[in-house]
Amino acid sequence: MAESDMEDRSTSTMPGGLWTQPSVSVPDIGDGEVIQRITEPASLHYSYTPGRAPTRFLRGLAEGKLLGGRAEGHDAVYPGSRGMDPVAARPTVESVEVGPDATVTAFCIVHIGFGEKAPPTPFVSALILPDGAAASMYGTVLGIPYEEVRIGMRVRPVWVPEEELGLTSENITHWEPTGEPDVPAEQLKGHM
Amino acid sequence: MRDVAIVSVAQTDHRRAVPELNEVEMIQPVIQTVLEQIDAKISDIGFTCSGSSDYLAGQAFSFVMTLDAVGAWPPIVESHVEMDGAWALYEAWLKIQSGHADTALVYGYSKASPGDLPRVLSRQLDPYYYGPLWPDSVAMAGLQARAMLDKGMITEAEMAEIAHRSRTSAESNPHAQVKGSPSVDQLLAEDYLSNPLRKHDCAPVTDGGCAVVIAAGDRAREWADNPAWIRGIDHRVDSHNFGARDITRAPSAALAAEKAGVSDGQVDVAELCAPFTHQERILRNELGLGDDVEVNPSGGALAANPIMGAGLIRLGEVANRIMAGDAGRGVAHATSGHLLQQNLVAVLEGSS
Repeated sequence: MAESDMEDRSTSTMPGGLWTQPSVSVPDIGDGEVIQRITEPASLHYSYTPGRAPTRFLRGLAEGKLLGGRAEGHDAVYPGSRGMDPVAARPTVESVEVGPDATVTAFCIVHIGFGEKAPPTPFVSALILPDGAAASMYGTVLGIPYEEVRIGMRVRPVWVPEEELGLTSENITHWEPTGEPDVPAEQLKGHM
Repeated sequence: MRDVAIVSVAQTDHRRAVPELNEVEMIQPVIQTVLEQIDAKISDIGFTCSGSSDYLAGQAFSFVMTLDAVGAWPPIVESHVEMDGAWALYEAWLKIQSGHADTALVYGYSKASPGDLPRVLSRQLDPYYYGPLWPDSVAMAGLQARAMLDKGMITEAEMAEIAHRSRTSAESNPHAQVKGSPSVDQLLAEDYLSNPLRKHDCAPVTDGGCAVVIAAGDRAREWADNPAWIRGIDHRVDSHNFGARDITRAPSAALAAEKAGVSDGQVDVAELCAPFTHQERILRNELGLGDDVEVNPSGGALAANPIMGAGLIRLGEVANRIMAGDAGRGVAHATSGHLLQQNLVAVLEGSS
């Protein structure tokens, strides 16, 4: 350690005396055990409210309906919307039912699942465009070998039994193929 | 340096809690208004910058969702700071100074109501020494007020007078959350919240936000009859180690004020972001504002304190007074961290 490090010194460009660096001193801690790691538990609790549009979406799900939101004077319907038409930057004040039949617009094969309800790996997580919607939503595609899933594949939601429907996205356990012919990729332009 | 001015300001009507709206639903009307006031579209804006915090939202990447309120398609040039919107404005000002944009939309907002704000704010502390102790923001401010009282820098009655004056001023602020105040004697008869702070010494917990448009040169003159020109803006930071500094002072505020040129002319109005009464005294000292300077005619943070928006609102309040012709030259201040650790100071001026 350089001698200058041991002295109380002013930091340059700062008003005199206000910022000084205390001299460096390392206390003697003897031969005790060196603590290299500690664990500090930390948690914060939130009472989260979803807002107007997501509330409408969740209430639709509780009735077994897939709802989207539409802004006043605009055509695009956004499923499961946070409450905005993101292109128009206007609130989606009107609820419109979309789907339930839908098209896979993108997907990935998941090899590391997480969460208690994750299906056995590998499985397919996909972006799914409900009929009548302007944007896709996330979903799991089951009922078909993962290597056979493709862009343009037609799917429909599989719901929990009616008596288990609640205000949750978990109402749709997954999506499965309808068996209809694929939608040509050109028709999905702007959605992939 | 390019001449850059604030030309449009909008803010929410601040409330203790806005449970019926999510963040994007809450801030969208403000963004729409700030553009419509000057008849502008997002395509007229060269740079967009926001200030918000995932810790307040309780959600990762929350600011990305709020971009839905801007209209980010076709793609826009956009940035975000995990700070008060005043720092987002500073980034936008730099962007314009560097010639990468002529106009900018800036906004800052939060919903503090879902969480326990004083505990959430404790996460601003360093993770090794202070953070694990979870000292809440009110208790921290109490230490600062105690240090000032012990030094004779302020009295509890003077603190109550600041609260009374701020909330009385807020009666004329349509956006304020806490308007009007009991008498100073009545305030002093209340119990302590965190000795020596009483409830009136603390800013309220607020859900809300603010948006501002800034523009350079002719574009500013086109959008506003009397733009509020940013003549100086600077921000500085003090040590996060409170044991290493005198907490009755905010040297970073003094330095930012000096660099922004606060003392280069008369100050008609000052909006200081002091979430605790005693902090207004510190800021007056550090900014060198005399007793004749009107401070916080809006009521300041004591009347409404949307975290991540309260500092930008100070800039907006000064700008509005200049654009309306009520003030010729004003000072706006924003703060971040605990105990006035980081400070931004701007000097705004009318054309004449």
